[in-house]
Amino acid sequence: MATLEIDALEVRIGAAGLKVLEDVTLRVEPGEVLGIVGESGSGKSMLALAIMELLPGVARYAGGTLRWDGEDMIAAGPDAWRKRRGRDLAMIFQEPMTALNPVHRVGRQVEEVLVRRRGMSRDAARREAQALFQRVEIPRAAAMLDAYPHEMSGGMRQRVMIAMALATHARLLIADEPTTALDVTVQSQILGLLRDLRRDTGMSMLFITHDLGVIAEMADRVAVLYAGRVAETAPVREIFDSARHPYTRALLSAIPKTSGPRERLASIPGSVPALDAFPTGCRFAPRCAMRRDACDARAPRLRDATAGHAVACIEPFGYVSDEDGP
Amino acid sequence: MAAFLARRLAGALIVLLLVSLMSFALIWLVPGDPASAFLDASATPDQIQRLRTALGLDEPLPLQMAHWYGRILRGDLGESILLQRSVSAALIERLPATLSLAGTALLIATLGGVAAGIVAAVNHDKWADQATMSAALIGLSVPDFWLGLVLILVFAVSLGWLPTGGFVPFGESPLGWLRTIALPALTLGLVQLGFIARISRTAMLEVMRQDYVRTADAKGISKLEIVVRHCLPNAFIPIVTVIGIVAGALLGGAVVIEQVYSIPGVGRLIIGAIAARDFPVMQGGLLFLAVVYLTVNLTVDLIYALVDPRVRLT
Repeated sequence: MATLEIDALEVRIGAAGLKVLEDVTLRVEPGEVLGIVGESGSGKSMLALAIMELLPGVARYAGGTLRWDGEDMIAAGPDAWRKRRGRDLAMIFQEPMTALNPVHRVGRQVEEVLVRRRGMSRDAARREAQALFQRVEIPRAAAMLDAYPHEMSGGMRQRVMIAMALATHARLLIADEPTTALDVTVQSQILGLLRDLRRDTGMSMLFITHDLGVIAEMADRVAVLYAGRVAETAPVREIFDSARHPYTRALLSAIPKTSGPRERLASIPGSVPALDAFPTGCRFAPRCAMRRDACDARAPRLRDATAGHAVACIEPFGYVSDEDGP
Repeated sequence: MAAFLARRLAGALIVLLLVSLMSFALIWLVPGDPASAFLDASATPDQIQRLRTALGLDEPLPLQMAHWYGRILRGDLGESILLQRSVSAALIERLPATLSLAGTALLIATLGGVAAGIVAAVNHDKWADQATMSAALIGLSVPDFWLGLVLILVFAVSLGWLPTGGFVPFGESPLGWLRTIALPALTLGLVQLGFIARISRTAMLEVMRQDYVRTADAKGISKLEIVVRHCLPNAFIPIVTVIGIVAGALLGGAVVIEQVYSIPGVGRLIIGAIAARDFPVMQGGLLFLAVVYLTVNLTVDLIYALVDPRVRLT
């Protein structure tokens, strides 16, 4: 059984009920790293918060199901979520600078999970927190337990966040752009750390990023999000080798090349539509080079192209005809 | 931390210097001089001259100033003309009543206000929020002297549960103290309670939408724990500032309430001194209140440093 199964999830915000997520269907298998990739405004952070039931006050679940070990979480309600959070589910955020409570020592913030959620004694929690700090490679772990967040760098704070997530023994870690706010060198250290932890603990991960390079490094499978809908999901190799959705292809061609002749960097014309200006048909149609009249009729649903590779396009690459790109 | 405190202390000393200078200058702001102002029109020039000599007003200005600072540095605030005794002794005698009143009012305002603010913030935009904030607004809008009179009418005159005024020192009879202080403290505290409630609500709402609160929520701990352990300590930083301001306002407000409830406090002493143009008491009272006010502010700064580790750095 999949750890997490999301089926036709819809999330709306505000009094006008604008859809930030629509018809999102995903699953995360035990031990798997699912990468979620998308531009700003694609709804990827909203998806992470929806899985944690940490949606901001203006947002609400408007349809679909979200199952954890088969339990329908939206139907089960906030108390069921609260039991899962910090036990089965953990999350690390994009902004390590603001994610830690400024008035508490960092060690205490990790110990809180151990004491409250795993029933450890204060002493045991302290020892465990120190071990976790060592595990996430915080130098002088024992001394750093007593540091305040403002005394640490961004990279160190993100390590504290990771230690906090590890303290939960969660089976699914949601990482929402965990390295975006960090320096490039620190970024690769954190990614390396997350990879090691995943190997050692066997936890599943939902890894959210706008960076395809990070996806290639981290993910087993990828879901491409565009304007609140899943455009394509496939194993990571297939996304890079034989993407089928025109949006995915456009994204890939926008990665700067470091070898070969210098050429003008490809970009996708236009930008992600605003929430109140989503087209009625395929949401990518206005920017799509392959657009045809049928694209405007209705939003195409995700369907399997091959086993494990689904795409939401009425005429994806390599599906109807065999013009499988270069 | 030491540097932080040293800087605050230096600031307080500067304020004290200015206030002492103003207290001294008070004498030169009255038309004529304090001696003729104190004595009425029927006084002979001879009487006025004698009082002037007794107050040291004959001396050259720099010498008067030297005497003034020499005295206040030793804690001697001079002699009251009216009471025929030392100003310091008069102030110290009146202090317990004023401190009881202002302290109890501060306790009521802080506990009630912070609690109401939390309830309102946690129930943001629900009926509990609107009810609490409406009540706070009413509390804020009611003039304290009017509320004092209404409370006297209801609880002292009609129901006869509590005395209409006066003051019993705590040391004499704790119960008597409570009975005499309850109505005035409530009167004085309620207005400030409304103020603190509104500020606490705003501070809590601001903190509740911070990322670290979401992190705490992601740990799956209870809502109560999130509010108490993660939100409140952060919200305290703006709330403590306001409590400092309120403490100052309470000392000022105590002057009116002491009058309404006939409490023999510092406020009434100073009002009496103003009415009688008893200048040494006015000067001493001004200086004394400034010292109390500065002490409150230093305490607030100290609490800041205790609550917020980032303050200790600066």
